[in-house]
Amino acid sequence: MRRYLAALGAVALAAGVISGAEAADKVKACFVYTGPHNDGGWSQQHDMARLAVQEHFGDKVETAFVENVAEGPDAERAIERFARSGCTIIFTTSFGFMDPTIKVAKQFPKVLFEHDAGYKTADNVSIYNMRWYEGRYVQGQIAAKMSKSGVAGYIVSFPIPEVVMGIDAFMLGAQSINPDFKVKIVWVNSWFDPGKEADAAKALIDQGADIIVQHTDSPAAMQIAEERGLHAFGQSADMSKFGPKAHLASLIDNWTPYYIDRVQAVLDGTWKSTDTWGGFKSGLVELQPLTNMPDDVKALAESSIQKIKDGELQVFKGPILKQDGSVGVADGAVADDKTLQGLNWYVKGIDDKLPQ
Amino acid sequence: MTMLEGILLTIITAATPLLFAAIGELVAERSGVLNLGVEGMMAVGAVCGFAACHLTGEPAIGALAAMVAGALAAALFGVVALFFVANQNATGVALTLFGLGLSGLIGDSFVGVPGVGVGRVHIPWLSDLPFVGRLLFGEDPFVYLALALAFATWWFLFKTRGGLILRAVGDNHSSAHALGFSVLKTRFMAVLFGGACAGLGGAYLSLVYTPQWTQAMTAGRGWIALALVVFASWLPGRLVLGALLFGAVSILQLHAQALGVGIPSQFLSMLPYIITVVALVLISRNRALLSVNTPACLGRPFVADS
Repeated sequence: MRRYLAALGAVALAAGVISGAEAADKVKACFVYTGPHNDGGWSQQHDMARLAVQEHFGDKVETAFVENVAEGPDAERAIERFARSGCTIIFTTSFGFMDPTIKVAKQFPKVLFEHDAGYKTADNVSIYNMRWYEGRYVQGQIAAKMSKSGVAGYIVSFPIPEVVMGIDAFMLGAQSINPDFKVKIVWVNSWFDPGKEADAAKALIDQGADIIVQHTDSPAAMQIAEERGLHAFGQSADMSKFGPKAHLASLIDNWTPYYIDRVQAVLDGTWKSTDTWGGFKSGLVELQPLTNMPDDVKALAESSIQKIKDGELQVFKGPILKQDGSVGVADGAVADDKTLQGLNWYVKGIDDKLPQ
Repeated sequence: MTMLEGILLTIITAATPLLFAAIGELVAERSGVLNLGVEGMMAVGAVCGFAACHLTGEPAIGALAAMVAGALAAALFGVVALFFVANQNATGVALTLFGLGLSGLIGDSFVGVPGVGVGRVHIPWLSDLPFVGRLLFGEDPFVYLALALAFATWWFLFKTRGGLILRAVGDNHSSAHALGFSVLKTRFMAVLFGGACAGLGGAYLSLVYTPQWTQAMTAGRGWIALALVVFASWLPGRLVLGALLFGAVSILQLHAQALGVGIPSQFLSMLPYIITVVALVLISRNRALLSVNTPACLGRPFVADS
């Protein structure tokens, strides 16, 4: 046992030597997933990017992953094990890994960490996330164009800023087409529960929604929309095959460009602690494929995406009123990232009460 | 479709997987075995059912495969807990963990593959009746199967000699043994039945409810099924009611949210579980009722003194 520990120590020491600010010949990139690597959504998108990194760098990079890591103390063990086992850079890919990541990063100052979706950084901890709200805005526009009843059903997980931001952006997009557009919201209090997501979709449809949007991970709602002959948007990955006739557009997480950049930076010795929030422009967020919609709607969506890329269109540009009529974003102003990352109010026009 | 009709249809489909799994567990517990591995057996059933259906295109073969897979998982539990007399609680929990992991392994190549789906029964004229037509005569075949299973279980347990022996084994295994009945064989069969039913419940999720496979898609329904058995005080009729009640509360809370009634969604999400707990407490207060129906040897290992 003692010899084993000594060997571990040696590995950790070796890891310490090759990482850091100097250029490295070989990088070991390790990934911590909260779900199975093939969950068909969130974790799978990270894993696809991992495979892309492997392919891109070939022999220069070795990758490893650990899946189904519960958020909390378990995560700390998993991350620490990676840090000890010679990983140069560790990507922790869930909001709940934030504190464990920071804690382990303190113990292993020579190992580099990248945490997705959090807000705490350190000298050896970068954070990164996506501006999904850009895609949500365009989804809102498509929904307002496609809906006959003028009501969309929105299935959501937890009332965190990320999710609230998405609902607001969706409504802003929809209101830009149809000021009277309505959205019904159901919280399922889970990221992944196909049965419950399907139930929520059915409930929303039974109450008059004819387009389903989701901020949960399974393609269940898409299947229900297909069954009922209505439309739905996909989440995380391309879900078109779950609803060949229902699918409008999937909001896809494409982590590949970011992961390749970061691993390249380690190889070059230029890695620094950064805060990245990428959207359409950086290619991280994608809204595709655009299916089952008339050409004019498709053209509108494509032009909006282009405008967002060019910076011509700002989703959270004032005047934006809050639900109660008070000013959310002043006329002419644009909400800064800090405001967005702490967003906890609905825009005017949403009838639901935000759970606090 | 009216909203009420939609709500009722959704409640019935929400109750069906619970009913399958709980009926199986009810029989196992009536024979004196507490198998906490329902969730794991459901997961194995869900993945095997999906795989078989995907490969053959036949939901019926999928359902059959799910039953066989669930029964095999249960056999593992049976051998360890009954013949090697391992602690039933620990073995059951281990089976849940094992089943969830194994299902992920088997299902690796089936993630992200859309399932075939199962059509609804359509009886000319009857299914087209307004309102009741869809509700009574237009469900998917599994719904009828689950109800038939609940009825058959009641009939077997309380109207046949085999059922009497099974209950005797669960109530007093020493006496049953002394009378010459094979306690372990009876229990093993009951456990296998429980596994097959749990497998079917899992298959309902991956074939009908949401025709897809993803790991952990059972999402805790096996545990709810376990609670329902106690809730029903080991009576099949009450089990049907319990499953429908649980389904109703979990569906109605979604509707309440969509209507915007202003009750915090976290509270509404808790509601099905709160109601289960409250019902369990109320039932436990009624000692007379409990002592009549609780299998007296539930969870107690049996070793024949030769």
